[in-house]
Amino acid sequence: MSTEQLIFERGAPGRRAATLPTLDIPEQPLDSLIPAAYLRAEPAPLPEVSEIEVVRHYTHLSQRNFGVDQGFYPLGSCTMKYNPKINEDMASLPGFARLHPLEHESMTQGALQLLYELEQYLAEISGMRRVTLQPAAGAHGEITGLMIIKAYHESRGEGHRNIVLIPDGAHGTNPASATLAGYTTVELRSDARGGVDVAHLEEVLAAHDGKIAALMMTNPNTLGLFDENIVEIARRVHEAGGQLYYDGANSNAILGITRAGDMGFDVVHFNLHKTCSTPHGGGGPGAGPVGVAEHLVPFLPGPLPAQTEDGYAWEDAGPLSIGRVRANCGNFLVLVRAYTYIRFNGPDGMRHVSESAVLNANYVMRALQADYDLPYDRECMHEFVFSANRQKKRGATALDIAKRLLDFGIHPPTIYFPLVVPEAMMIEPTETETRETLDTFIAVMRQIAQEAAERPELLLEAPHDTVVGRLDQTLAARKPDLRWHTQPVQTLA
Amino acid sequence: MSYVPNTAAEQQEMLRAVGVETIEDLLKPISPEVRLQRALALPKALPEPDLRRLMLRMSEENADLDHYASFLGAGSYEHIIPSVVPHLYKRSEFYTSYTPYQPEISQGMLQAIYEFQTMICQITGMDVANASMYDGSTAVVEAALLAVGPAGVGDVLVSRALDPQYRATLRTYAWARGFTYREIGLEDGATSLADLEAALTPQTKAVIIQQPNFFGVLEDGRAIERLTHKTSALYVVAITEPASLGVITAPGEYGADIVAGEGQSLGSPLGYGGPALGFFASRDQFVRRLPGRLVGKTVDDRGQEGYVLTLQTREQHIRRERATSNICTNQALLALATTIYLAALGKAGFRELGVQCLRKAHYAHDRIARIAGYRPLFTHPYFDEFAIATPLPPEQLNAALRERGIIGGYDLSADYPELGDAMLFAVTEARTREDIDALVEALEEIAGTANVN
Repeated sequence: MSTEQLIFERGAPGRRAATLPTLDIPEQPLDSLIPAAYLRAEPAPLPEVSEIEVVRHYTHLSQRNFGVDQGFYPLGSCTMKYNPKINEDMASLPGFARLHPLEHESMTQGALQLLYELEQYLAEISGMRRVTLQPAAGAHGEITGLMIIKAYHESRGEGHRNIVLIPDGAHGTNPASATLAGYTTVELRSDARGGVDVAHLEEVLAAHDGKIAALMMTNPNTLGLFDENIVEIARRVHEAGGQLYYDGANSNAILGITRAGDMGFDVVHFNLHKTCSTPHGGGGPGAGPVGVAEHLVPFLPGPLPAQTEDGYAWEDAGPLSIGRVRANCGNFLVLVRAYTYIRFNGPDGMRHVSESAVLNANYVMRALQADYDLPYDRECMHEFVFSANRQKKRGATALDIAKRLLDFGIHPPTIYFPLVVPEAMMIEPTETETRETLDTFIAVMRQIAQEAAERPELLLEAPHDTVVGRLDQTLAARKPDLRWHTQPVQTLA
Repeated sequence: MSYVPNTAAEQQEMLRAVGVETIEDLLKPISPEVRLQRALALPKALPEPDLRRLMLRMSEENADLDHYASFLGAGSYEHIIPSVVPHLYKRSEFYTSYTPYQPEISQGMLQAIYEFQTMICQITGMDVANASMYDGSTAVVEAALLAVGPAGVGDVLVSRALDPQYRATLRTYAWARGFTYREIGLEDGATSLADLEAALTPQTKAVIIQQPNFFGVLEDGRAIERLTHKTSALYVVAITEPASLGVITAPGEYGADIVAGEGQSLGSPLGYGGPALGFFASRDQFVRRLPGRLVGKTVDDRGQEGYVLTLQTREQHIRRERATSNICTNQALLALATTIYLAALGKAGFRELGVQCLRKAHYAHDRIARIAGYRPLFTHPYFDEFAIATPLPPEQLNAALRERGIIGGYDLSADYPELGDAMLFAVTEARTREDIDALVEALEEIAGTANVN
């Protein structure tokens, strides 16, 4: 249908967009300032394009991209809710955006106050004692939380605890983070109701007696189901000497209803780009603050914002701290957005968010359960998982259903995850969608189910209306083409 | 207040459609013993206009760079961002999109990232680059992790002239993963070649230096390469001020295996330190060991060129506990900003950026060096940052500068007590001659007044 040239293929030698300030100091030959050996022989071969070309090119690219502002995005586990515009404006205020991270505390009182208060809000929302705002994303929060647990065990002379338990439905980041923290992972089976199999948990705890460092869990889990045995699970893991890590990816279901701390967890990470409406940015930035219970506070990375007699200040971490997990104080402008969101919603609004997210998910699930297989038929929380098994028997897979949704201007659900459901389609409508949008989605999904039964080729050929069709992933991986190269000049022989 | 569109009446109808009476009926799996039996203790909701007023007031409690001339760098740099950059990357088709796992409706972001990967290669002189990391410090950590490999053991040698915050972050991860972190000492503000040579062993997995280093000093990249590659260790060059690459030799030219760094300088606001933009580039041979996402070019079922996320079997969502990294969410939007920034500056503009920073910093350096009591600490060539021994404790100097509307340099005394009273000044193209002359005058005056006392 169309392709957009690369920026490197546009323009002409000598063209240029941005201008630099007038050089208002005396000019001396460069090699009188530094030896020529340190100077770049050739300028980097960047594009040579005018401003109008830059604008047209990236505007065209934006038109070849789909965001929440364009349409429904029921992407399970990702919480693609509406990103309020005021959040963007607040993050662009010069007092926040044009602030150097190493400025003196007396010059950054507003930023410190915001961080101090945000920490308190997140501690309250999660039922934790203190929160570090340093981690840049969920997975960064996971490794931070696991390092805190590791330091805790070491401080008690139990550094030999080397096993992290992870349910089979967990996000891939959980086992990857555990490895990075120097741990070995053991997978826990799910039971028939979709929760952790408590009998299997008991077996595993017994088999690795004295070696359990932690259990990592989401609740509601990746099936969108709340684990009713959570108190029992927490008790058993604690009795075995392990700590409980809460993956906060699914927090949008429980705001103001229950808290990780109330369920017995010791560590929790937030995904502010999910729960607190900060935009996903085409893959990032996010923010992954980590909250901990009282006994883990000494192990937090520092510094932490503090309130003093003279205002706000950075407080250095104590001797037991794991140390820094990144430079500076976190993804501050993302934190500004999250702060704005929490202040807009207030306590009742936050709870209303979760209640509405749960209602929207159940509304869609019940409306469509005659058309798609529902492996766990019980109230879901903020999301649920269908299986496309029935459709697959007629020749159309979850992938084909996903691609057919693109023809209707709807972003597909998460597919083939969690791994415990074959042909999984994980649907998370979020609270910010109107009933009409949900009804449209329901009608489209019914139509697709009918097409799968009657005209599966419609699905197999989908998408029909996008700027490109299905792309050859195998070719991409077999012969990686990861960058543009200057084309050699063709000469006639 | 909330962004929930459906009214209470509509929600009642939806509940009926679900077959329940109240929302409570849907929340039954959450047992009373774990329920929060009260409202969250958060401040009451604020309507948008009230909230805007509150946030504006809070932001004005900060000394932003619209109101102060800043000479603070030390890993985060103020550069001028052309209007075209935010206008384009803030288009909501970009910022409200998810990771481009559905390539048919994500060609815009995918192509932009492919362009980003290309530009990072062009400025660093490397073969391949990924789609971004969290920030410079964690990008350097990932370089160390790549070097130590799946076993996670071995020595990583780190120049003491690597940003102190990066070194702190590396120490944290070294402890957790189980590799050994060792520091290489300094000579005249540059990595000591003698120390490096003595520390290299068959167990050395990586040598990490920064270029220009934390003091702004240009390291002898080639000499360090020769020593490093006498062993099987990987040569990692960290870059915190990529504006230098407009004019300074690219690490690819002096044999770096990995270039990892911070891209904030290139089109992103300082934002009190975040979000920042980690970048990661390497030689071709490491492509299947890279951390994070990669965009590749391919063809679709209609024969057209298009872009996809590729080589995903390295990543956590496929490889789980055997992934090359645990990273998932990255900094895509900032990568887009940098792509637009570098396109807007272009070949000539990027070089001019480097030249301007270099010239202005040298002008400031030479003027400060002529003030009685101030003395350059090191003799090596430098780019846009330099260390000065000061006649007064930097804390005292900076306090006096603040009163004059100037944000002074970085106080080196905490991280490098052996240097005594010393300050690190950064001077980019954003500083005018007037700014620099005012700084020089102020430094002279403050020191003079102190001497009289």
